Amino acid sequence: MQKSVSIEQPVMDNMQPAKSIMVQSSKDTDFEFTGTVGNIAAANPRMVTRNVDVFYGEKQAIFDVSLDIGTNEVIAMIGPSGCGKSTFIRCLNRMNDTIESCKVSGEIRLDDKSIYRKKQDVVQLRARVGMVFQKPNPFPKSVYDNVAYGVRIHGLASNKMELEEIVVSSLRRAGLWDEVKDRLDAPGTSLSGGQQQRLCIARTIAVNPEVILMDEPCSALDPIATARIEELIDELRENYTIAIVTHSMQQAARVSQRTAYFHLGYLVEVGETSQVFTNPAHKLTEDYITGRFG
Amino acid sequence: MPVSNLLLVILGLTAIAYYLGLRRSIRVAGAKGVRSLESLPSYYGLLTAVWCAVPALLVMLVWISAQDAVISNLVLAQLPADYSHMSPAQLTLVLNDIKNIAGQNIENATSSDAIKAAAEHYLSLQRIGLASMSVVVLSLAMLLTALLWKIIHPKLQARQQFEFIIKVFFLLSSLLAILTTVGIVLSVLFESIRFFHLVPISEFLFGLDWSPQIAIRADQQAASGAFGAVPLFVGTLLVSAIAMFVAVPIGLMSAIYLSEYADRKLRSIFKPMLEVLAGIPTVVYGVFAALTVAPFLRQFGESMGLDVASESALAAGLVMGIMIVPFVSSLSDDVINAVPQSLRDGAYSLGATQSETIRQVIIPAALPGIVGGILLAISRAIGETMIVVMAAGLSARLTLNPLEAVTTVTVQIVTLLVGDQEFDSAKTLAAFALGLMLFVVTLALNVIALHVVRRYREQYE
Amino acid sequence: MSSHQTEVLSTAERVNRSLKRRYAAERRFRFYGLASILVALVFLVILLGSIFFTAIPAFQKSYIGLNVTFDAETLGIENIEASNAFLTADYDAVIKAALRQRFPDVSSRSEKRTLYSTISVGGTYQLADMLQAQPELLNTTQFVWLTADDEIDGYFKGKIDISAPESERRIKDNQIAWLESLKANGEVKKGFNWTFLTAGDSREPELAGIRSALTGSFLTLLITLLLSFPLGVAAAIYLEEFAPKNRWTDLIEVNINNLAAVPSIVFGLLGLAVFINFFGLPRSAPIVGGLVLTLMTLPTVIIASRASIQSVPPSIREAALGVGASAMQTVLHHVLPLALPGMLTGTIIGMARALGETAPLLMIGMVAFIVETPQGIFDPSTALPVQIYLWTDSPERAFSELTAAAIIVLLLFLVSMNLLAVLLRRKFERRW
Repeated sequence: MQKSVSIEQPVMDNMQPAKSIMVQSSKDTDFEFTGTVGNIAAANPRMVTRNVDVFYGEKQAIFDVSLDIGTNEVIAMIGPSGCGKSTFIRCLNRMNDTIESCKVSGEIRLDDKSIYRKKQDVVQLRARVGMVFQKPNPFPKSVYDNVAYGVRIHGLASNKMELEEIVVSSLRRAGLWDEVKDRLDAPGTSLSGGQQQRLCIARTIAVNPEVILMDEPCSALDPIATARIEELIDELRENYTIAIVTHSMQQAARVSQRTAYFHLGYLVEVGETSQVFTNPAHKLTEDYITGRFG
Repeated sequence: MPVSNLLLVILGLTAIAYYLGLRRSIRVAGAKGVRSLESLPSYYGLLTAVWCAVPALLVMLVWISAQDAVISNLVLAQLPADYSHMSPAQLTLVLNDIKNIAGQNIENATSSDAIKAAAEHYLSLQRIGLASMSVVVLSLAMLLTALLWKIIHPKLQARQQFEFIIKVFFLLSSLLAILTTVGIVLSVLFESIRFFHLVPISEFLFGLDWSPQIAIRADQQAASGAFGAVPLFVGTLLVSAIAMFVAVPIGLMSAIYLSEYADRKLRSIFKPMLEVLAGIPTVVYGVFAALTVAPFLRQFGESMGLDVASESALAAGLVMGIMIVPFVSSLSDDVINAVPQSLRDGAYSLGATQSETIRQVIIPAALPGIVGGILLAISRAIGETMIVVMAAGLSARLTLNPLEAVTTVTVQIVTLLVGDQEFDSAKTLAAFALGLMLFVVTLALNVIALHVVRRYREQYE
Repeated sequence: MSSHQTEVLSTAERVNRSLKRRYAAERRFRFYGLASILVALVFLVILLGSIFFTAIPAFQKSYIGLNVTFDAETLGIENIEASNAFLTADYDAVIKAALRQRFPDVSSRSEKRTLYSTISVGGTYQLADMLQAQPELLNTTQFVWLTADDEIDGYFKGKIDISAPESERRIKDNQIAWLESLKANGEVKKGFNWTFLTAGDSREPELAGIRSALTGSFLTLLITLLLSFPLGVAAAIYLEEFAPKNRWTDLIEVNINNLAAVPSIVFGLLGLAVFINFFGLPRSAPIVGGLVLTLMTLPTVIIASRASIQSVPPSIREAALGVGASAMQTVLHHVLPLALPGMLTGTIIGMARALGETAPLLMIGMVAFIVETPQGIFDPSTALPVQIYLWTDSPERAFSELTAAAIIVLLLFLVSMNLLAVLLRRKFERRW
């Protein structure tokens, strides 16, 4: 698995030009990827990725990433902006399919079956692997209908009572019930930013997915709302597998069991969160967590 | 001097004025050089030129537009006594006679000597008018040029003044929009008020019988024609409703397909083709409706055992609907594209299929904008003229049967105003009352629609 | 039992069970979308196709060759020296004589009348022109191609169903015999219908053309362009660059947006009440048409021009202001030249719309029967779309062909104007 790649072209993440990263990191020019440091495997993997490359048109955004996501663990993905962590997480439920120019190669398996295989149905996949986005995006519907939406389209409730049960329990588990129980008919967009994000989480868990992907779920929120979401993530871990992208190292340290460090589209280092933050094995990781760049 | 020649002379004078102003500014700068001037010499030239040309042209415009009325009154006043007790309408006819003879359009052997004399008088007055206008306009231009020549000195802020004049021109141009609206309102309002003196407004708005043709006979009181506009309103609504039945589903679904499903290549083929549909003049749609669609519907109806009128609301409505499709489609396309991607992502991440996302998330989110677009489309359908004139018919029948001929507000406006008639008859005035209704209704629809669409856009900005 | 089973199923399994139904719905929805577009496009194809195929015959017309004898006696010319000798001569008699000579068997009055109707009334003008140009032709016999009547023209173009019973046909059996005999002798030819492009309107389809209508449209559009472009650009500059943000400018803006959506016929009413009745401008004149269309087009021009000005980046303005240019200099020297292509594009599109506009022109009386080509902006005239409308109303079948042909001409103008706009946009499109 040892590989030596020198970077010749700018890397894209979410279509943002990567030039700015090159300037931020003084080591860019002599960065040579020599394979991921640390143990990519998890004890009880729910999702397995091997040699994943992602291209946006001609530009390669992810280089040969292999990583396991263990059952009932929270894995955090950190790295400077434009490092490909969001691109990577969007591969895990094929959200990248919505971008026309995006091509994914390599292997991504959910419970030992490739999610990019021909027979895999993307609707079913996304019901199993839910996602929460950077900016809260409640539908322009009532709080109740927001949560009930996924349940309805998939036909997960056989009657109204059951649907209501699912909605209430999802709102409870998302820690939002007490705040919205009196205004379930209010539009979801009328809630505060933090409430909206918890509504989106409730919407996701109402479908009862196996994996929840979170793409910087707190970046648009204030510290108090952020703290609530972090608590929530910790509670959700009991039932779900969670992969979270964050730009905040403190957050990664607080909520995750394992941490993966991405740099310019490469997975540089992965390991137990405590180990990565206290004793990083790779020079780049160390530079990043000590705030030398990023 | 003919008007065109006068214009050329003013143009020449303006060029001279520019040169004079320029030279003058350099002269007054003297030994200190042009840098001592407030502005560049060319601005002194431009300022002089503007003062030379603009007032002269304005006076000329006013003169020309007033001259005819003044001369006509003078000529009428000079007519022998037996003309003085004629009604204004008869006098208008006499005046037309005079003008025709003066213009040598018609050799009317029957016209009296008095009329012929008046025509002579008219011509001489016209000559005098034109000559005196030339004198006044040209002397004004020269006078102002001379004045500028005198007041040019190094401290004159020629650039600022010139720019101020240009700015005033810009401002006036932008006020033209308001002026147009005011013009529309006044022109339809005044005539409508005169109409409502002849026909009570309640009869017009709620009357069920429309037959204005009776009023054309001069010996009959105008009010004896029936001016109940309800059949027209119903006809207009019927045709518009058929058009919207065609345009809204087709336009909306095309917009959805183009913005959500079609790949770039397909879009680059379909979109311009829809735009072609939008660029075809309405008269062409009218021809198509009258010569192709209506006969086809009639034949088709016959084979089904239905009696379809040769000018049916259905034919007009169908073709109008197709005409409006690109309009609905492009407006919907805009609002659908304004729905943020994050909402789509949210739905997809829950495992919604594309059509579920569109139907349950995107359309509800875009609904205010789509409704606004549909209101604009309705306003267009109501105001559309040529298709209904050519394909809907003239008979004011109170019916909701799309297979029958109906008439609409716009059709009646055209019928009442095309052809020769006295301008003061109730028939003519009725057209303006209909115009007022049309303007008020479409204006209300537009204001509401634009407001809704703007609110919608602000929501996602 | 079943409810117990459902609870055991995992999310994935339940989702799988719903998939068949949902994908069917997905396919249906997608099909509706595609079908909608196809319906619109099929309609477009039928519309253009029907017009195109109707129009083709109108570009050709039939001529009948006759040996015409310019006999002074038949012509009724007594004094060749008289200045109007050739103008007032009886060319009709000459044509009739030529026809009688060609078909000596025709004897009854009604048959003769039918025979005479073979040649269009335009034939007399043709002969008059010939003789005036070459007076030496008097008393000679010439083989002349004369315009055929529109019904005869229709017969040669195969527009007449000869299998129908004779009584239901406009062309009778004896006529068919004559025409076939002419055809067999090579005395019938088809040529390009130059009349269509060079003549004004006429009651006779074979003599009608679009020249006067085209000239009227040209004059009207010229006025529209000369007024709406400078005024629209000036208004746009004021609103974008100078206007303070207050109620007045809001009002102006609302006004412009509304005017863009006011039905065109209302502008016609405005033109009738203000320009004709109040200012006393002549009815049916291109000047009034131009003014009305200016007011109608102005919102389009203003909106396009404003968008074009907005696309000029502020850095350009800052750069100009930074070197000490006045606000007006900044606009006139820098913003305007950069925004001009966009403004022109918008104006051309507005012009194209004005060219196809009919309803307001009906209001101001540009629906007259105009044979003469208008010489100036105060002459009575009509416009191309109005001419189309007028011809549609005419009962003769041949007029519907002319209608279609006139539509083709109108569409050609529209297409070229829009192409010009597209090219202009391509050439000057700038990405900042």
